Amino acid sequence: MKFVAVTACPTGIAHTYMAAESLEQTAKANGDEILVETQGSAGSTPLKAEEIAGADAVILAADVAVQGKERFAGKPIVEASVKQAISGATGLFDQARAAAAAGPAPAAPALTTKVSANDKLGTKIRQWLMTGVSYLIPFVAAGGLLIALSFALGGYEIVNAPKVTDQFAIGSLQSWAALMFQVGAAAFGFLVPVLAGFIAFAIADRPAIAPGFVGGAIAVTVGAGFLGGLAAGLLAGGVVTLLKRWKVPRSVAGIMPVVVYPLLGSAIVGILMYVVVGKPIAAATTGLTNWLNGLSGASALLLGALLGLMMAFDMGGPVNKAAYAFAVGGLTTGAEASLQIMAAVMAAGMVPPLALALASTVRKKLFTEAERENGRAAWLLGASFITEGAIPFAAADPLRVIPSIMLGSAVTGALSMSFGATLRAPHGGIFVLPLIGSPLLFVVALLAGVLVSTAAVIGLKQLRPAPSLVPA
Amino acid sequence: MNAALITTDLVDLHLEGERRSAVRELAQRLVDAGRVTDIDLFLTDIEKREQQMATGLEGGIGIPHCRSAAVTEPTLAFGRSTNGVDFGAPDGPAKLIFLIAAPEGGGADHMTVLAALARRLVRAEFKQTLLQADDPAAVAAYVQQEVSP
Repeated sequence: MKFVAVTACPTGIAHTYMAAESLEQTAKANGDEILVETQGSAGSTPLKAEEIAGADAVILAADVAVQGKERFAGKPIVEASVKQAISGATGLFDQARAAAAAGPAPAAPALTTKVSANDKLGTKIRQWLMTGVSYLIPFVAAGGLLIALSFALGGYEIVNAPKVTDQFAIGSLQSWAALMFQVGAAAFGFLVPVLAGFIAFAIADRPAIAPGFVGGAIAVTVGAGFLGGLAAGLLAGGVVTLLKRWKVPRSVAGIMPVVVYPLLGSAIVGILMYVVVGKPIAAATTGLTNWLNGLSGASALLLGALLGLMMAFDMGGPVNKAAYAFAVGGLTTGAEASLQIMAAVMAAGMVPPLALALASTVRKKLFTEAERENGRAAWLLGASFITEGAIPFAAADPLRVIPSIMLGSAVTGALSMSFGATLRAPHGGIFVLPLIGSPLLFVVALLAGVLVSTAAVIGLKQLRPAPSLVPA
Repeated sequence: MNAALITTDLVDLHLEGERRSAVRELAQRLVDAGRVTDIDLFLTDIEKREQQMATGLEGGIGIPHCRSAAVTEPTLAFGRSTNGVDFGAPDGPAKLIFLIAAPEGGGADHMTVLAALARRLVRAEFKQTLLQADDPAAVAAYVQQEVSP
């Protein structure tokens, strides 16, 4: 059988190596294969991921915390002291054989990332982003579909329903719709933190998860949207990578990954996100809003295109919010021009998920398996004006996806404005079609933008295909 | 090339007494050889490690060891005892005593010689040779040759 082992002792000069030697000799005598990682003072050569994957069982002979224990998650593991490995190696191999026969430990499925140390930086960045996206997609699907369902059942005003903890009638469809909306909104609250947390995880492993989540949550608090989340995730991964270079005495090495890296990483990332990212974002949002309000003289077509660009740029971030708030703010006036702006903004916001759903359907090969899965949900999300449905695509490949969807949304916004379509509701997608003035032209504008975006994203992805289109 | 791990002066084939005095005797040889600068500090560090977990191993072996600021070079002092010195092993006192001294801040390259030594300690042939040797010079030469890369 094939085994891997780690040996580690307090001083790292004697037992670590004696245990390793004893395990190797015993394996040799039994005709087994073993690779031992000695975490001692003479340096250690880490076991390779494929060596761990190929092992039938893992032996951890250590009197101090094994570093990088998470690498063995899901494998049959036997844990012992170094002395047991030195004096009773045969017994340990018997235990390991029994553990291997019992099958892998089902309790803790490993969190995975496909990042390999030898990849080029460009490939690495893409893999980091894809790891974050692969954990993000379930939240988009669960939250987005619940919200879409709540619109279908309860209409767009469900957004303003009182909290279900305050008011819930079991026989009322409205109550159930409100419940679904609020559960979906809770799931959506995780989008940016999950994205940031798992990008950080892909870069610097488990110790980076907390700093990543914290940075992502702050990105939400300061209104930085998913681009803020991308930045937070990359930042957290980078900070923890740097912290890991810090050489510490063996006696405290065990607590570094569980206490010190998460603590310092969260503090550093949190401070940077609030101070360096938060303030400029707040200023930019105010500036954008003032600027939009001063644009009253601009031509309808130009305004529509501009709002379209803004809606698609950061999907829930400050630019998108400024455009959306501008449109919703005008609704109360009830003026024809304001209703046209609302229609243009909603149409533009529906373009990104629909375009990517279409693109990932007609050109499957340009998208990963995870993206194609997300594409299926994106149809309904787009139709419901849940622009966030496009975030997984944009987060995985921002430089090609974001310009494409901005282009299509601009086309849709401009067309909707020039067609004079109107909308009295702030939200709802196809579920508020009855509230749309000139619905046919509204749909024409929407389809035009979707086709433009789809063509653009396919074109850009084909022009320079991403280097690693392995199924995630 | 680093200094030798062990020299003839660092071998005592007639070590007797209880654990602390036996360790002190071997430690004095390290001081005399210029490998340990402060015997009290060194013995304190050895004792600290011993208190964490006894260093006696089955098969009649004791490996008192530590990393200490008092140590200048990775060094081994070897003692053999006919009556045995108790290092807390479950099967009785140790006949072979390896006092392993490692410098506090030694880099990984520096420590490979100790890793090589530790690996030899679990080989039956190594132990057998040391049990039968009758000349300190031969012991030092044998160990030095075994741990050389």
